[in-house]
Amino acid sequence: MSSSDPMISIRSVAKSFGPVRAVEAVSMEIAEGEFFSLLGPSGCGKTTLLRMLAGFETPTSGEIFIDDQPMSSVPPHQRPVNMVFQSYAIFPHLNVRANIAYGLRKQKLPKQQQNAMVDEMLELIKLPGYGDRRSHELSGGERQRVALARALIKRPKVLLLDEPLGALDKQLREQMQLELRALQRSVGITFVFVTHDQEEALTMSDRIAVMSKGRCLQIDTPNRLYEAPSNREVAAFIGTINFFDASIKSVNGETANVDAGVLGEVKAPVGDGTFASGMKVLLAIRPEKLSIESKKPKRSAHAVEGVLDAAAYLGERSHYYVRVDGIERPIAVSAQNAHRMLEGIDDQPRPVWLSWSSDSAVILDAK
Amino acid sequence: MSEVSYIDRPNRTLAVYAIAYLLFLYIPVLFLPLFSFNDAIYVAFPLKGFTTKWYEQLFNNEPMFAALLNSVQVGAVTATVSTLLGVFAAKAVTRYRMPGKNPVVGFIMLPLVIPGIIFGVALLILMSRLGVPLSLYTVTLGHIIVCVPFSMATLIPRFEGFDKSIEEASADLGENMFGTFWRVTLPMVFPGLVASFLLCFTISFDEFIMAFFLSGTEPTLPIFIWNQLRFPQRVPGVLALGTIILVISFAVVFFAQWIRNVGIHDKTKRGM
Repeated sequence: MSSSDPMISIRSVAKSFGPVRAVEAVSMEIAEGEFFSLLGPSGCGKTTLLRMLAGFETPTSGEIFIDDQPMSSVPPHQRPVNMVFQSYAIFPHLNVRANIAYGLRKQKLPKQQQNAMVDEMLELIKLPGYGDRRSHELSGGERQRVALARALIKRPKVLLLDEPLGALDKQLREQMQLELRALQRSVGITFVFVTHDQEEALTMSDRIAVMSKGRCLQIDTPNRLYEAPSNREVAAFIGTINFFDASIKSVNGETANVDAGVLGEVKAPVGDGTFASGMKVLLAIRPEKLSIESKKPKRSAHAVEGVLDAAAYLGERSHYYVRVDGIERPIAVSAQNAHRMLEGIDDQPRPVWLSWSSDSAVILDAK
Repeated sequence: MSEVSYIDRPNRTLAVYAIAYLLFLYIPVLFLPLFSFNDAIYVAFPLKGFTTKWYEQLFNNEPMFAALLNSVQVGAVTATVSTLLGVFAAKAVTRYRMPGKNPVVGFIMLPLVIPGIIFGVALLILMSRLGVPLSLYTVTLGHIIVCVPFSMATLIPRFEGFDKSIEEASADLGENMFGTFWRVTLPMVFPGLVASFLLCFTISFDEFIMAFFLSGTEPTLPIFIWNQLRFPQRVPGVLALGTIILVISFAVVFFAQWIRNVGIHDKTKRGM
């Protein structure tokens, strides 16, 4: 990330379609060379925001700056951005070579140079020799690469990607995630990546903006989004998390003591919020931060007894659901299956102990 | 149990019905070539003998060729203008959000259901009020009104059939609206353009009512044929002409079907 001006600056941008408010006063800044993801469920406004960057939609209010230029009066074909569409939008009447060279016409390059550029792109996307094929002769993954090459050959300042991996099967998707990330590092272009798949966003991004109902909930690095969500919605959207009602007893700088009912008095780090004694808050703990044992642990800072309610074997890990008296919902626990479990998982109801260390919980505003 | 599924099982009643229907449809038409080679003025059995003289007469029939040329001209202009208007209308209807879209489309499509005689009379009154002399231009105008809805109906499915983001991709890659239309939209709807052109040409070529009201001194071919029918000795010539038109029509229809199949074939492959 450079310390200079951001590549993209989105300032209080809102977009309404008639009575529907798709995006509500979103502001964010994206640095040059950053892999930036817009993450959220469908209908959260992420694609509308991306389409406003491309120029296919005009903001109802606010302004978008790309490389310090205001974009509101710049039509799509004059913007320094290119897009990879969700459907890839490969021109079906042209072959791969003509698809990739499509955007070069205005540059009036000599034929030889143009061919060399296309060949270079075919190498980059690992499809050399595919130049004469038509769109219908390509697999989903190959189309995706052609769409990528067609956009990258324009050397855009920003590449916009609208759920480009959504149509691929799981294995190909995971392979493409790594390739896309490697490609982004090698070309050094700013990527703005729209996805509803949190795992994908966490794997690929430098930073992620989590969006919901047209608003931006938090912008942060993948690990901070997961480990230190700034609010309840983000915590619940990224991964799984257990919430416990609690109230603040005292705050000591970075940590606070909370009264968490049956869990007793718990010490936990405070997030970005400001908390004062007596405030109603949520204590949030990720399932994998909890340990499950049949006997009371000796060394853990915090422990609580419950009854095993259900269990599921998922291969590399298992999920357990534990009921604790006084807590409404069963507590989710995720444990690595470090030993072979040939006999299957023991899901008989039985008393168990849950424990966690004081820095693995997070305190969130109860709203 | 039968090997074929219920829907594929042969059905004798339906087969008989289909054959009877085809006979009903084509036997009258087959009288045209039959009597066009008959050596008699009157269309009646028994046949008198084989001759090609009606065809020979036809090739020396100057007014007939003039009428044919008129019809081809009117048809070509009508098909070109209607298809052009149809392309723009179909693109607007399928691509843009605009107020009052449905009523506008309804008005454009109205000539499909309004009887030609009403349109013909209305246009005739309008032309005479405006002092426009009747000519092949007025016939062409009438035919365009009749043909635009057919052109739109042919082209709208073509536009609806392809992904809007393909045009957006073109804009994204630096083409303005005109460039996108020329390099992406037009090639993709091209089979539809050919189909629309052929359809409009055919409609104009055999259109009678509009031409009857709106033509001046130069007749189109249907008007010419109509005039010939008043003279018994000219009837075999009309039969010969009808036979030639029939053959050409069949050729055009087969060509149009072939073009259509080429398009559909491409589409199914694309869908894979």
